Amino acid sequence: MFTSFFYLLRARGLNVSLNEWMSLIEALDMGLHASSFTGFYYLCRSVLVKSEADFDKFDGAFLEFFKDMEFATDELPQELLDWLENPKDLPGTEFDMERAMQNERLSQSEIQKMFLERLEEQKDEHNGGSYWVGTGGVSVFGNSGFSPRGIRVGGQGGKRRAFQVAGERKFRDFREDNTLDTRQFQMAFRKLRQFSSRTEEARTEFDIDETIRETCDNAGNLKVVYEKPRKNMVKLLLLMDSGGSMEYYSRLCSSLFQAVSKSNHFKDLQVFYFHNCIYSKIYKEADLRPRSIITTDWILNNLSSEYKVIIVGDAQMEPSELLDPSYYSYGVRDEITGLEWLKRFKEKYPHIVWLNPSERPTWGGWWTKTYDIIHKDFDMYRLTLDDLNTALKKLMVSR
Amino acid sequence: MNTTFQGSKDYVASEELMRSVNIAIALQKPLLIKGEPGTGKTMLAEAISAALGKKLIIWNIKSTTKAQDGLYVYDVVQRLYDSQFGNEGVDDIEKYVKLGKLGEAFSADEQVILLIDEIDKADLEFPNDLLWELDKMEFYIPETKQTVKAKQRPIVIITSNAEKELPDAFLRRCIFHYIEFPDEQQMKEIIHVHHKDVEENLLDQVLETFYWIRDLYNIQKKPSTSEVIDWIQALVLGGIDPDRIKAKVPFAGVLLKKNEDIDTMRRYLK
Repeated sequence: MFTSFFYLLRARGLNVSLNEWMSLIEALDMGLHASSFTGFYYLCRSVLVKSEADFDKFDGAFLEFFKDMEFATDELPQELLDWLENPKDLPGTEFDMERAMQNERLSQSEIQKMFLERLEEQKDEHNGGSYWVGTGGVSVFGNSGFSPRGIRVGGQGGKRRAFQVAGERKFRDFREDNTLDTRQFQMAFRKLRQFSSRTEEARTEFDIDETIRETCDNAGNLKVVYEKPRKNMVKLLLLMDSGGSMEYYSRLCSSLFQAVSKSNHFKDLQVFYFHNCIYSKIYKEADLRPRSIITTDWILNNLSSEYKVIIVGDAQMEPSELLDPSYYSYGVRDEITGLEWLKRFKEKYPHIVWLNPSERPTWGGWWTKTYDIIHKDFDMYRLTLDDLNTALKKLMVSR
Repeated sequence: MNTTFQGSKDYVASEELMRSVNIAIALQKPLLIKGEPGTGKTMLAEAISAALGKKLIIWNIKSTTKAQDGLYVYDVVQRLYDSQFGNEGVDDIEKYVKLGKLGEAFSADEQVILLIDEIDKADLEFPNDLLWELDKMEFYIPETKQTVKAKQRPIVIITSNAEKELPDAFLRRCIFHYIEFPDEQQMKEIIHVHHKDVEENLLDQVLETFYWIRDLYNIQKKPSTSEVIDWIQALVLGGIDPDRIKAKVPFAGVLLKKNEDIDTMRRYLK
């Protein structure tokens, strides 16, 4: 049938399996799309897409595939007529009645054309980040059975058409490659629990069920069985760049911090702050005041190498801040470069990743320079859900 | 398909949701429901059960729940006791095998609705452990050498709060629906189900304030449907003048459960 749609979905990054596709075909045979294009849209979505994070990708692919189709030839005129003949679905006010009568004269292609125009317009508004709000022109579609959000035809929001729903792209915020908000951060860190591997553990927990079972099998002679405890063994060391060029990302970073500190499933969590780069002193508080100073050596000496380390920073600074051995920073002068300190961390902690709220700068030689130097030594990930997940995964696998 | 779900008088279902429910029933696949807390995921199963007149079996999942618990439990301890005291029937293993919720649903004579509530609470492997059982609607009890096979395939509804990612293999076998947070119009219908005689003016004020609070940037725990229903109750009992609602937000503690959120809201209120 329209197998190319299947391949388009896969090409657009939706992990649709053949099984699901067969289910869809089966469902179509059973007529579950209820002979309407909108029904078809929802049917496809509920059978093929299994996460709201993928709804947006699906909407995009759906529009791409069906936008040139003569979609309105059979179904819509009937729906249009049904609607016009069905007074209880008419909005009550005089104003809307006039609109409806106006639209009756519109030809199918005119409506379709106007709708596609509107679709474009709507995307633009969406991109601007503001809410899609109906304008005067939109009510045309409301009355024609293309009612966008906010314009109701009758008492129920049931007349929204497939294109319109898909075109709304209102699941855009759920896309996993978007930069994160607090809630999504928290979800991401919950995934670290997934890696709280049971296999690393010794068998120390008394297993009653198995003991009894084994004892029974052992003709009543006691045979004690231990199992692996199911505790999370992950210890996390979080090092965050604070202030300066990071101010711009402060909300993002504070969300990350909130998410990490709320995740009570780590065996231990240590958080320290630095400015630009790590030097011989490091701070316990984000305000970088002298009273919260401790030596970086303390961390290296006291926190064992089993800690997983996440460094959060934009890796963009004046090159001397990274490379100058006598760089003067917050009252601390030593002969070790910032890069050297970073490398010490890397040597000590095999599980270390760098999260960068910023992209590689496309301007300013300096900043690109330090970014590239650090990137060479560290696995650097962007602070997006997809990248964070990859980074967390990276933290859990052995070298 | 003569048994289709059209919502019920106590449950306002969006058209999309009803579509998904009916697709799942027709394809005989589990329906996986996701959505914000308070969007009525759990109540959906009750509504379907009421609407189709079928018995509802609820399997509440906790972090300690194992797939095995849903199938059957073999009470070895009891058997051990019984054997020590020489009770009768110790050699009858069947006596010590108790069916779990899934087993109960399979062995029911009539078709039932099985709600697997908050599946994401359990261990990550949990959904995978149920693949075969949900696919074939049967399982084998080695102790008694019996196979429990569904007499009537139950309608399976699974809810998830998206605390954990569910495994792909599991997802492939489900029909998926994401319940969006109800818009103002739907919310009105939902409220009318719970409070029949709410003044229009009060309701408008309440909803305006409610959605205003939900849209505030810094709110950590957004109020949901159940909170707004409680809030209306409080406002009506308190005899609050509707015109004061938006300006004062009385009984804010009913809506917002965190002190920080109340402070945030008050800040914006000024």
